[in-house]
Amino acid sequence: MTAPNGHQTTEPQATHEVTVNGKPCGLAGLDPNTTALDWLRGLGLTGAKEGCAEGECGACSVMVARPDGDDRTQWTPVNACLVPAAALVGGEVVTAEGLGSPEMLHPVQREVAVRGGSQCGYCTPGFVCSMAAEYYRAGRRPVPAAGDRRPDPSQNGHEPVDSVHQAPDHEHGPNGFDLHALSGNLCRCTGYRPLRDAAFALGEPAQSDPFAARRAAPAPVAAAIRVHGDTGTYARPGDLGEALELLAEHPEAVLVAGSTDWGVDVNIRGARAPFAIGLDRLAELRHLDLSDDVIEIGAALSLTEVERGLAGRVPLLDALFPQFASRLIRNGATIGGNLGTASPIGDTPPALLALEASVVLTSVAGERVVPLADYFTGYRQTLRRPDELVRAVRVPMPLSGVTAFHKVAKRRFDDISSVAVGFALDVRDGVVAKARIGLGGVAATPVRALATEAALEGRSWSAEVARAAADVMRGEGTPLDDHRASAAYRRSMLGTALLKLHAQTGEREEVGA
Amino acid sequence: MSALSERPANPLVGQDVPHESAALHVTGAALYTDDLVVRTHGCLHAYPVQAPHAHARVTTLRTSPALEVPGVVRVLTADDVPGVNDAGVKHDEPLFPSEVMFYGHAVCWVLGETLEAARLGSLAVEVEYEVLPALVSVRDAIEAGSFQGGQPRMERGDIDAAFGSASHVFSGELEFAGQEHFYLETHASLATVDENGQIFVQCSTQHPTETQDIVAHVLGRPSHAVTVQCLRMGGGFGGKEMQPHGYAAIAALGATLTGRPVRVRLNRTQDLTMSGKRHGFHAQWRVAFDDDGRLQALDATLTSDGGWSLDLSEPVLARALCHIDNAYWIPNVRVNGRIAKSHKTSQTAFRGFGGPQGMLVIEDILGRCAPLLGLDAMDLRRRNFYTEGQQTPYGQPVRHPERAAVCWDQVRSSAEIDRRKAEVERFNASHRDLKRGLAMTPVKFGISFNFTAFNQAGALVHVYKDGSVLISHGGTEMGQGLHTKMLQVAATTLGVPLHTVRLAPTRTDKVPNTSATAASSGADLNGGAVKDACEQILDRLRVVAAGRLGIAPADVRFGGGEVTTVGGGRSVPWAEVVNQAYFQRVQLWAAGFYRTEGLHWDSSVMHGSPFKYFSYGVAATEVEVDGFTGAYRTRRVDIVHDVGDSLSPLVDLGQVEGAFVQGAGWLTLEDLRWDESDRSTRGRLATQAASTYKLPSFSEMPEVFNVALLERAHEDGAIYGSKAVGEPPLMLAFSVREALRQAAAAFGPPRVSVDLASPATPEAVYWALEQARRHTEHGHVVEGAPGAVPDQPDVDAHPLRPHSERAAQPAPVRT
Repeated sequence: MTAPNGHQTTEPQATHEVTVNGKPCGLAGLDPNTTALDWLRGLGLTGAKEGCAEGECGACSVMVARPDGDDRTQWTPVNACLVPAAALVGGEVVTAEGLGSPEMLHPVQREVAVRGGSQCGYCTPGFVCSMAAEYYRAGRRPVPAAGDRRPDPSQNGHEPVDSVHQAPDHEHGPNGFDLHALSGNLCRCTGYRPLRDAAFALGEPAQSDPFAARRAAPAPVAAAIRVHGDTGTYARPGDLGEALELLAEHPEAVLVAGSTDWGVDVNIRGARAPFAIGLDRLAELRHLDLSDDVIEIGAALSLTEVERGLAGRVPLLDALFPQFASRLIRNGATIGGNLGTASPIGDTPPALLALEASVVLTSVAGERVVPLADYFTGYRQTLRRPDELVRAVRVPMPLSGVTAFHKVAKRRFDDISSVAVGFALDVRDGVVAKARIGLGGVAATPVRALATEAALEGRSWSAEVARAAADVMRGEGTPLDDHRASAAYRRSMLGTALLKLHAQTGEREEVGA
Repeated sequence: MSALSERPANPLVGQDVPHESAALHVTGAALYTDDLVVRTHGCLHAYPVQAPHAHARVTTLRTSPALEVPGVVRVLTADDVPGVNDAGVKHDEPLFPSEVMFYGHAVCWVLGETLEAARLGSLAVEVEYEVLPALVSVRDAIEAGSFQGGQPRMERGDIDAAFGSASHVFSGELEFAGQEHFYLETHASLATVDENGQIFVQCSTQHPTETQDIVAHVLGRPSHAVTVQCLRMGGGFGGKEMQPHGYAAIAALGATLTGRPVRVRLNRTQDLTMSGKRHGFHAQWRVAFDDDGRLQALDATLTSDGGWSLDLSEPVLARALCHIDNAYWIPNVRVNGRIAKSHKTSQTAFRGFGGPQGMLVIEDILGRCAPLLGLDAMDLRRRNFYTEGQQTPYGQPVRHPERAAVCWDQVRSSAEIDRRKAEVERFNASHRDLKRGLAMTPVKFGISFNFTAFNQAGALVHVYKDGSVLISHGGTEMGQGLHTKMLQVAATTLGVPLHTVRLAPTRTDKVPNTSATAASSGADLNGGAVKDACEQILDRLRVVAAGRLGIAPADVRFGGGEVTTVGGGRSVPWAEVVNQAYFQRVQLWAAGFYRTEGLHWDSSVMHGSPFKYFSYGVAATEVEVDGFTGAYRTRRVDIVHDVGDSLSPLVDLGQVEGAFVQGAGWLTLEDLRWDESDRSTRGRLATQAASTYKLPSFSEMPEVFNVALLERAHEDGAIYGSKAVGEPPLMLAFSVREALRQAAAAFGPPRVSVDLASPATPEAVYWALEQARRHTEHGHVVEGAPGAVPDQPDVDAHPLRPHSERAAQPAPVRT
């Protein structure tokens, strides 16, 4: 069958299948707005649960087969409550039921069971999937004792940077298990200690482990598909050209990558997409170009992939990643999505503003590059036209030397910012040659702290200057009162952020200068 | 040692056993109520129409547009109720209200072939409202004089004389927030009707019998027409003690009207906006100390925020009053309690059931007053502990008060408190922007339902001809490991291996007239009943075995799956004795019963001995606070907790740790915010999602977390020498709050009294440390005799008269 734009698609949809726990499952009659969770539960696989329906609790976590480079697969846990089932077509999914059975427990399941890691058991299948994915993470290795560590060159940048240099501590097991892998899973019963112990007790997968073996082969190819249903159509284009043509035909289309924001709209606000375009598997949006002048990050790379690919090259983003939602969300969420939804409390914009990033917008009419500082035009409004999509974001090199990401929230991990600040200061000979400060949560859009930047530039990076500039920064933006924080607190946080930055970096920079 | 508490040789109780469903949990095989839907043919889905006002009269309800929506089958309204249109036991909770009492109140329910059809149908229902003024905050209600239920007073000694003569008198106020249960499994019910009109409701409920009662009265049917089953719950925490009944009634009503299975499952938003929560409180207090910092008197008025209906607010308030002393001897006491009626969800039971709220008041007082007395907060707490021979303000002798001291000393030494205190001082002296705090707090918590009648339980034990055993009891499993413990109790009593015993799901047609699985009492009560049933069977088998072994029945012993002569000379396998008993026509099953002895309570004067015993524990917590933001982390927690002789140490350890973290969530992170503005959204819960109402996650787990169960802790009055564990450790989390207060104080000069809001979010801690930096004298504590006298209750208000007294009167006859 030929789609209106001339591209071949794989209709009729009766042939659409997802491999679930090793068995092909048809999607006949699937509505494109149905979540993967509802679809799986409808198959009788009720292990995955709905705890919150917005990607906060992880009770719905399942593993999907995602590319690890071109020729390998990484088991990647995602929130099944957010992902449309249609987006899984052609893919492979593993649920807690597929990992093991009560008679034949998977090693992760065994550790959780015998250590008291389950009480009510409702969050448990999701924990098991998140934990199993970390168990199978290619870069996970037992960590040498503190004081004798260096990055493993054989890993070739495959490890999340937040664990490369990590000695065993309360967040990193001696087996290389990064507890942040579970930051998107909530348990209301145990207090987490036995789950941590279970995670840190895991060994290496056995030679015969089929999930471990599966990693050595490429991930499934995401072919172009259309899924039609009562409430609309889900289209996964085969390439960027097809995506742009679809978008030109359907400017009202919902652009979906990780669906970590759209899925919430579907579940919580009852939104239904008459036409959705799935961008997450488009090769043209999944590149990471590293050069001396610029880093270009494909808009549809998940934040986890960006983090892995950058491998520490952008310290400011490294500071951001662990504070951006949870690992489960970062496995789906993209920078393109974060800029596309243009939330004033998104976490990447303050960092990208400080990095002087620009946005590459593309459409059938061509491509343009817009400085991020000009991109946001109002509350959830941007310069992006309906027929355009975010193809990539560019970060100019070289980077400033003093960078930090300050996120103020109620909870340390996986919370939404009350205030977020990205700093990039170029300090030369003790003088602030350039200051770029991005702010989130203090205005209708992410903004640059221009007055503060001016108060710093050309002055010495001293406590006195920091104090004076902090007073300027306190006046930036127009913070509001809401359930996350009072306006007074937000204002105070604007006022202390620079003081904190100076306390953490000032002396060292001055000494080094 | 009592017959109840004595353990046989080699008991299975006391062994580390994983949760009985652990293998099912980890593989996703464990079924919860809503997992049954896909296994149920032809199920209808119910969806509520929630009112967008905090207080309003329903003037018009047009359901016909919903019926135009494809897939909508029926809309349930008040007109459909054949029995009583009420979802509670106090008849103040209309199931289908004509007056909306809180934002999100469900006015009717739509049944659809799919959940999506029901949801679209709910959007099509047309409702017109006459909006009425709404009282949202507890202060609104106090100012308006809006109260409900009884107003209890607990008194001892001579308040006026004590305040007149004391060396130090302080007065203050405290308002603190409630807490959302956030069980991971939201409310769920699935109802079917059989060919005979028998209604079967599968429900996520802590109180199947009361769910059965409510379903029966809504349907106008006797209780024998309704069976309620609870497979297991994905968490309860008190939130499914009283709250599931209405949802079960909706499902049952729908099923009886349509003849089809009906499922009610709240999504998270519905659960958060419709179901009750832990009560927030307002407290006014004045307190008197002698020169040595010994408490002389406490005069307080506690006002709980009950929300729109009474629910369990009266017993929650009673328990708050009964725990305002925590572990401290206070010779002169006057505490008044009252329940505000506000336009919010009807607040309900939540782990601790008022105990945490009462204790928060005294711990806050001690934390704020210690610097003003010039005393170290640890010393102030320790020197006020109860000692042997003293009584609580409600007249109950405090048994085993030395256990609090033993726990305290053990934590002090195992956590190296003296060394670390010095270390914290050094750290604080050398860090301008980071400060640490180290605090220790005790817990003394009374075990038993205040409502005496609830302290009974039943069990049904079947021994089959092959020797295998099936037990049923009245308790429900919500993750607390009750079923695991009951398996251990049955296997211990019968002397058979654990795998010989199996446990059936909780059903009202197996064991009737059960109490809620609540008040931490599940193992005490049901364990007593299971043991009783097993012993009845053993008494009969003993005769059979005596004949077989040729000895006197008194010389028969059961253990390890064998039946032996005393001294272990000869033995017969358990299964053989059982099989022989069958052929001798000996009854192989028994119904067991247990009632807690020695309780008495007069709620009208708040006096008596309502508790079988007290549970004790002590925690020490060290935190580090960032002076730029108020953000903090919990560096280390050390706990010693008294669970008696543990029935199941792995389970109990999990309860202590989980309760502590949940308590820390209440006190630090979990922030219920209601819209108190005058906009049209007044009364709306602003934090109605997991993205805005944050639970503790891995990041809140203490970095070092040492928990020990108190050793040599036999409790004579409970099953196999154990103690209850579900609730008490939640209150160990006061150590986190007090450590944060100390760290905040360290930003200021010495002896600064710091006010700390609850929950102590980073923002609240920031304001606290700013207050310390500015050194506002005394915070908001006022010093000077005789102190500010708290509001006294309305002289016409009736004292608390909950069920216990009313139940003694003839029950209203229902036909």
